[in-house]
Amino acid sequence: MAGLAVLVFVVTICLLAPVYASHIAHVNPFTSNVQGTTTIHGKVVAVLQTNTLGIGVTPIGPTWDLSHYFLGADNQGRDVFARLLYGGRTSLLIGSLSALICVVVASLLGVIAGYFGGVVDWILSRIFDIVWAFPIYLLAISLSVVLLTSGLNLGPIHIGPGSMMLPILIIAMVFVPYVARPLRGIVLSLREREFIQAAIGSGASDARIILKEILPNVTPSIIVFFPLMVAFNMLTESALSFLSIGVQPPNASWGTIINDGLGLLYTRPWVAMAPGIMIVITAGSLNILGDGARDAFDPKAKLRGSI
Amino acid sequence: MPESPDTTDALLEVEDLRVSFATRGGVIKAVDGLSMRVGRKEVVGIVGESGSGKSVSMYSIIGLLRDPNVSITGSVKFQGREILGLSDKELRTIRGRDIAMIFQDPMTALTPVYTVGWQITEQIRTHTDLTKHQAQARAIDLLAEVGIPDPARRVNQYPHEFSGGMRQRVVIAMALSCNPKLLIADEPTTALDVTTQAQILELMKKLQETYDSSIVLITHDMGVISEMADRVVVMYAGRPVEIGERREVIRQPLHPYTWGLLGAVPRVETKRSRLVTIPGNPVSPLNIPAGCAFGPRCAYRFDQCDERPPITGEGHLDACWLSSEQKVDLRRKIQEVTVES
Amino acid sequence: MFSFVVRRVISAVLVMFAISVLVFLIFFATPGVDPAARIAGRSATPQVLAQVKHEFGLDRPLPVRYALMMEHLFIKQDLTSYVNIGDPVVPQIMAAAPVTISLVLGASVIWLLVGVAGGVVAAANRGKFIDPLIMFLGIAAISVPAYWLGEVVNLITQSKLHSSVFSWVPQSGYVSPSVSIGQWALHLLFPWLTLAALYAGIYARVLRAELVNALNEDYVRTARAKGLSERRILLRHALRCSLISIVSLFGLDFGALIGGAALLTEVVFGLPGVGQLTYTSLQNLDLPVIMGCVMYGAFFVVLANMVVDILYGFLDPRVRLA
Repeated sequence: MAGLAVLVFVVTICLLAPVYASHIAHVNPFTSNVQGTTTIHGKVVAVLQTNTLGIGVTPIGPTWDLSHYFLGADNQGRDVFARLLYGGRTSLLIGSLSALICVVVASLLGVIAGYFGGVVDWILSRIFDIVWAFPIYLLAISLSVVLLTSGLNLGPIHIGPGSMMLPILIIAMVFVPYVARPLRGIVLSLREREFIQAAIGSGASDARIILKEILPNVTPSIIVFFPLMVAFNMLTESALSFLSIGVQPPNASWGTIINDGLGLLYTRPWVAMAPGIMIVITAGSLNILGDGARDAFDPKAKLRGSI
Repeated sequence: MPESPDTTDALLEVEDLRVSFATRGGVIKAVDGLSMRVGRKEVVGIVGESGSGKSVSMYSIIGLLRDPNVSITGSVKFQGREILGLSDKELRTIRGRDIAMIFQDPMTALTPVYTVGWQITEQIRTHTDLTKHQAQARAIDLLAEVGIPDPARRVNQYPHEFSGGMRQRVVIAMALSCNPKLLIADEPTTALDVTTQAQILELMKKLQETYDSSIVLITHDMGVISEMADRVVVMYAGRPVEIGERREVIRQPLHPYTWGLLGAVPRVETKRSRLVTIPGNPVSPLNIPAGCAFGPRCAYRFDQCDERPPITGEGHLDACWLSSEQKVDLRRKIQEVTVES
Repeated sequence: MFSFVVRRVISAVLVMFAISVLVFLIFFATPGVDPAARIAGRSATPQVLAQVKHEFGLDRPLPVRYALMMEHLFIKQDLTSYVNIGDPVVPQIMAAAPVTISLVLGASVIWLLVGVAGGVVAAANRGKFIDPLIMFLGIAAISVPAYWLGEVVNLITQSKLHSSVFSWVPQSGYVSPSVSIGQWALHLLFPWLTLAALYAGIYARVLRAELVNALNEDYVRTARAKGLSERRILLRHALRCSLISIVSLFGLDFGALIGGAALLTEVVFGLPGVGQLTYTSLQNLDLPVIMGCVMYGAFFVVLANMVVDILYGFLDPRVRLA
């Protein structure tokens, strides 16, 4: 339950990002602020300061003051903390949305494959095998590379190149086999159980059986998968963004901020450290949540100590 | 039929055994005051419904209950030595060597990744000093004794290569490998079909003679009891309700629950049109009524039954407030009705 | 048994074929994308574009184009990069492979040892303090983005504590074992640890769950009734049965990593392996190289799948009859 509390905290502060940016810090985290100044301890200070050697500029470090530049500035003079919060919204949005799409599609396909069996199952299973055999990152990266420069134009679907739907869809699709295969397995074994046989024997229609008998038994697994998939997808998105093939500017996500922070790693480490820490905390609490969900649904969890 | 056991030379003496579990819903008294004896070369049957505590009592005796929330009190003496409260390390020298136990489902009782020979020799070498070679030879002998054909070859086969009945024979062979004085069998034939059931029971009887061991046979099936047991312990809701020689318990039962159990056995010779069932549902372990646990389902309940009846008697004990005359009378009525219908 | 193996091999070949088709379609047939411009890379001149069109038969029908590409890649092995003009792709990949293999081998040894030990210790002490501690570490390990962890490690060893505790850590980069085994291992030490962290976490958690399940099985109850010690039961019965799933998991992970899935770790630590090659070719949109790397990676994943399937037959006697 601590996991849930942490997660709620993180989500809330990220959702409040715009509030923070405009009212508390009075900065715009997306525009370059190279010439900007800010006040520290009453003194007016340039946000990007010339180095001691006179070569290049270094952004200011953390002020630990929530009213401005709490974590310092990045190499474009932008407030890191504000960007962090905005980035969080993006990362969480992409993570949850793609997890949602992934789980819905995977459940659909997994149930259909497991229930109908035969040719349908064979085809779907081969598709799962192929997509899954592709090393995931490579598949996601390949798709991203190809689609990012020119967007996706598939019949009625037009997605522009900078759109966030691209990483969302790509990540969702890539993980579908991961969820669909276990679900299919569950449906396969369910199908052999007596109560399903009885329902089939009594002449109930397939749709009815799926909705009333199979789905309720598969739902606990789906619920357990969801937070885990959000965590996975967030990590994948951050990796893609880190490689510059995920979220595109001007949008920011935790992954892009880490990328931004690379050049500043040894001088202003917080730019790269902070988003990483946020990811660890968020993904960690999601994993704990997933574990908790699994224990809650598993009747055997209570028998851990007996015969 | 062996003679009545000499009570001063009992193999196993259980005195007021109580086993309870602390759960979120409350305290479950799985076994509530069981006292019984098992003599040498004796077959004692413990019979009751699921939840009657028959299995839990035996598990608790040899230390198989590992739940941290369990509390076990009472006295259990094996060969005169108190074994309740011994450390696991000490119990391990008894388990598998002096007291062996076999369980209900043979299909899952053996480790799937090792051959049956390996598993039998593992037990032998844990408790004796035999070499690998000697243990293997003994394993083959054991398999032959339990009736597995071609044992020298089959000893190197995996459990899934044996049928259910065959697997149970392997399990029995393994249990007897160190010549235990006491074999506890928890529903050994329930998962088997009727023909195999008969074969396994016959095997166990034969082995009991050969090995001079005693058996505690746990079952819910009165038919099995009538075939195998020398003495019977009838349990309900964790309490013993009737204890006695098999012949007496079956011919002249003294407890209404036993009447119900016996009535539920289909018998070829009587012309009964319907099986008699005991009305009501087995009592929930969290809701054992004060007083006689069987009260709510008993047709002969009266005021006294609000107080828990102690189990009393000489040789043939029962836990029921009805007077002896009432019991004899009621029993006769039931038996007449049974014969006539 | 033999037919089992044969069936798996055929299945693997089919899947490889399907993957090659998929790669082809992604890079050449995505609607709205110009294949010639893709191949030639961003900075292509019109001459190069025309050359590409002809070379790859882009005016020919799809199946022919596919066959041509396969020919270039596998048979003639003369698929060349169009960013570093003329540089053949396949030798590049072959040169990068030993680096990746070094990285993955070392890391896998570490993560297996740590992961299995962690899982066993946690399961043996379930309910006591060390169990949730190990599981918490496991969750932390799988929640960390691998590349970020690498950066943090670099930060600590190269910068912050470089002058004191970690002065012995060399600059990032790779030293071949033929030059110096000591330097080879030293340069790989932190990459090994970083890559192993994530997987150790996964394996410890999976193994613990499997072990705890196994310990509630009937055969464990029989083993206890036999008078065996808890340790023997855990290690010889429960672990042996749980190993089956750990080994299959390991096979798949190992295969994926050899194929270049560790690209982020390689990039962060400056190791010129297949992963890094993929990464730089992505940055340059050097499609021939990307294609080569993807096929290389996919090959190992499929191979690993096949090996694991076959290995399963050895580990679990019940499967052999199927």
